[in-house]
Amino acid sequence: MIKKVEITPENEKFLNKVNELSGQVVTLCEQCGTCSGGCPLVGEMDITPSQWMRLVQLGLKEVLDFKAVWVCASCFTCTVRCPRKIDVSKVAEALRQIILRKAIDYIDLKAIPKDELACLPQIALVSACRKFTG
Amino acid sequence: MKIGVYVCHCGGNISEVVDIKKVTSFAEKQGDVAIVRDNAHMCSDVGRNLVLEDIKEHNLDRIVVAACSPQFHGKTFMDIVEKAGLSPYVFEMANIREQCSWPHFDEPDLATRKARDLVNVSIAKVKLDESLERKTMPIGKRVLVIGAGIAGIQAALDLGDAGFEVHLVEKEPTIGGKMAQLSRTFPTEDCAACILSPKMADVPSNPNITLYTNSQVEKISGFLGNFEVTIHKKPTYVNENCVACGICEEKCPVKVPNEFEQGLTKRRAIYVPFEFAVPYRYLIDEDICIYLKDGKCGNCQKVCPHDAVDFTQKPEKIEIKVDTIIVATGYDIFDATEKKVYGFGTNKNVITSLEMERMIVHEAEGRATREIGKRIAFIQCVGSRDEQIGNEYCSRICCMYATKLSQLLKRGDPKKDVYVFYTDLRAFGKGFEEYYKRAQRTGVKFVRGRVAEVNEDSKTGKVILKVEDTLARQIIESEFDLVVLSVGMTPGAGTKQAADVLRMTRSPGGFLQEAHPKFKPVDTLNDGVFICGCAQGPKDIPDTVAQASAAAARAIRLMNKGVYAVEPITAVVDEDLCSGCATCVSVCPYDAVKTELKDDKRVAKVNEILCQGCGSCSAACPSGASQQHWFMNNQLRAMVGAALGEEEE
Repeated sequence: MIKKVEITPENEKFLNKVNELSGQVVTLCEQCGTCSGGCPLVGEMDITPSQWMRLVQLGLKEVLDFKAVWVCASCFTCTVRCPRKIDVSKVAEALRQIILRKAIDYIDLKAIPKDELACLPQIALVSACRKFTG
Repeated sequence: MKIGVYVCHCGGNISEVVDIKKVTSFAEKQGDVAIVRDNAHMCSDVGRNLVLEDIKEHNLDRIVVAACSPQFHGKTFMDIVEKAGLSPYVFEMANIREQCSWPHFDEPDLATRKARDLVNVSIAKVKLDESLERKTMPIGKRVLVIGAGIAGIQAALDLGDAGFEVHLVEKEPTIGGKMAQLSRTFPTEDCAACILSPKMADVPSNPNITLYTNSQVEKISGFLGNFEVTIHKKPTYVNENCVACGICEEKCPVKVPNEFEQGLTKRRAIYVPFEFAVPYRYLIDEDICIYLKDGKCGNCQKVCPHDAVDFTQKPEKIEIKVDTIIVATGYDIFDATEKKVYGFGTNKNVITSLEMERMIVHEAEGRATREIGKRIAFIQCVGSRDEQIGNEYCSRICCMYATKLSQLLKRGDPKKDVYVFYTDLRAFGKGFEEYYKRAQRTGVKFVRGRVAEVNEDSKTGKVILKVEDTLARQIIESEFDLVVLSVGMTPGAGTKQAADVLRMTRSPGGFLQEAHPKFKPVDTLNDGVFICGCAQGPKDIPDTVAQASAAAARAIRLMNKGVYAVEPITAVVDEDLCSGCATCVSVCPYDAVKTELKDDKRVAKVNEILCQGCGSCSAACPSGASQQHWFMNNQLRAMVGAALGEEEE
């Protein structure tokens, strides 16, 4: 089903927020798709990097509903290749920040059994704290 | 003194922000101001006549026009003032559009105040304006055209046909430039060689054109009407006896990649650049000839039946004098090895579009140079619109030549799969959109997405592209037999050298800068020097030819009357104050100042023809001896005083 979207002054605010957080001018993206074509993880994503750039340009908040920015490994391949010199990784980070600032706990660290905690890889733990706790 | 002040509305451009009434009533109160008027369009016939009639009727002797930039309409009003019988230099323009209403549109009160101040400044200056006279200088009819691609050829032919003496210099051994290498031309698909070769042949047969091939302009000094040019002509080691019989070539043992064929075929050390080269004569490549290197071989000389091979030829220095110069030094294609992700230079199945041009020519002539394959991909914007490699500009031709090459391939063999991967498809010219449609109808597939990377399948040798189809939002990873890089244009070594020799300004992309992007597109900031073709910026053949004819016409405009007007805004030296320190000599960018002995005292002397009135010397002069007409120190002081609201002395 094709969804209709509305473009309102509210959308501009969302775009400006992403611009401010990322330090990038997202409207500079010419939608060439270099970022997506070279992305090593694009096969695991639900939308492509250029798609999240587009959704941000239009100020559509549903970009936050997709998981792609969480798949992004910040490898910077997109950043070093973008013909408009946009740091796409920073835009992904800005989108992650917007979600993280809602401070929602998805995991309860106290509920993890101690012996399990002892054998969990540290890096996974740190990452989980960052991504899944407020 | 009677000053007339005219305030322009610019059809709302000014009056919608600046309160015209306030400006005029302010001007009315100033001393010596006899008449103040405002008009919707001062530059129109009505506006101009207003000035003209007022000068005659009210005996005005000074004019101030508050309107747009003097760059834009300064000359318009100066001509009117001159027509009314005054010196065109008793005129001032206050720029209340670009400096008031446009930048300060959101602050109308301040914009009005600034407009009032600028009018005040102009009034202060105009009172001290001298009645300078435009001088005229004699000028001849000799033109130097640098570069003999299609731009230089067109300009030279136009000038030659009009009866001007043309010196056409080309660094390659033949004229024709890049166009000679093309297969067909979009959108009409004329064979490039077929339409170019008659024009090339016209050059040596034109009695007014002197052609210097294998030559480079080494040095240019002097000025409009008196340029002194040094041309360095490399030896070809083959004299005019050559009838291009080709016997020598058969005996030459050296083989190197043929640059005209983009390395697809080989040529010998003694060779003709291509079959319709002008001059059509053999030459020896001195870098690879065995005889020239170590005195052995000499086969060509032995077999030549016409005694045409002459190893004693030496480089020549030719000195000529010309009145104007046209720079048509063209472009180089982007060096695709710079774009490493596309693997050009390491992957033999990745080629440039210029190679594809040559391949198509050979294929059409039934002597294919290499296998083209069934699946062909064109990658657009290689070296253009890419800030990672430092080229921000669009090269303008790649969309259409890819459209051309792709459909020539597809029509030649409908079983071929031809894809064009593009970011934006720009079909801007006459007939281009229709031509693009024709390619789509032929079955060329256009995919919107810039190719991210090109990899080689180590087993099959095939090329694998990775690209996002940004319309379907799918990632394509597909194999192709051949990948064609649609390389863009770069300013090229010849253009860079010409810019250095002539001290020309270059635009951000490195191409030569025109004097005004709209109204002086082929003039430069160097008087008497014109530019055309791709030296000025990327463009296609029709635009190049149009610009070349335009440059020829602009040069003719200067030379045709036999005299030209010289701006009297030059530096002037007060010899009593001058200590002969020569600071001005060292800062002058035009070599216009020299020192000389006068009554046993060393003083600076300005060549008024060379002087462009840039003001460098006036600023540098430690004793204030060097000043500039129309911007004399007392005028500048009065302007600053007026700007600061000081009372008149």
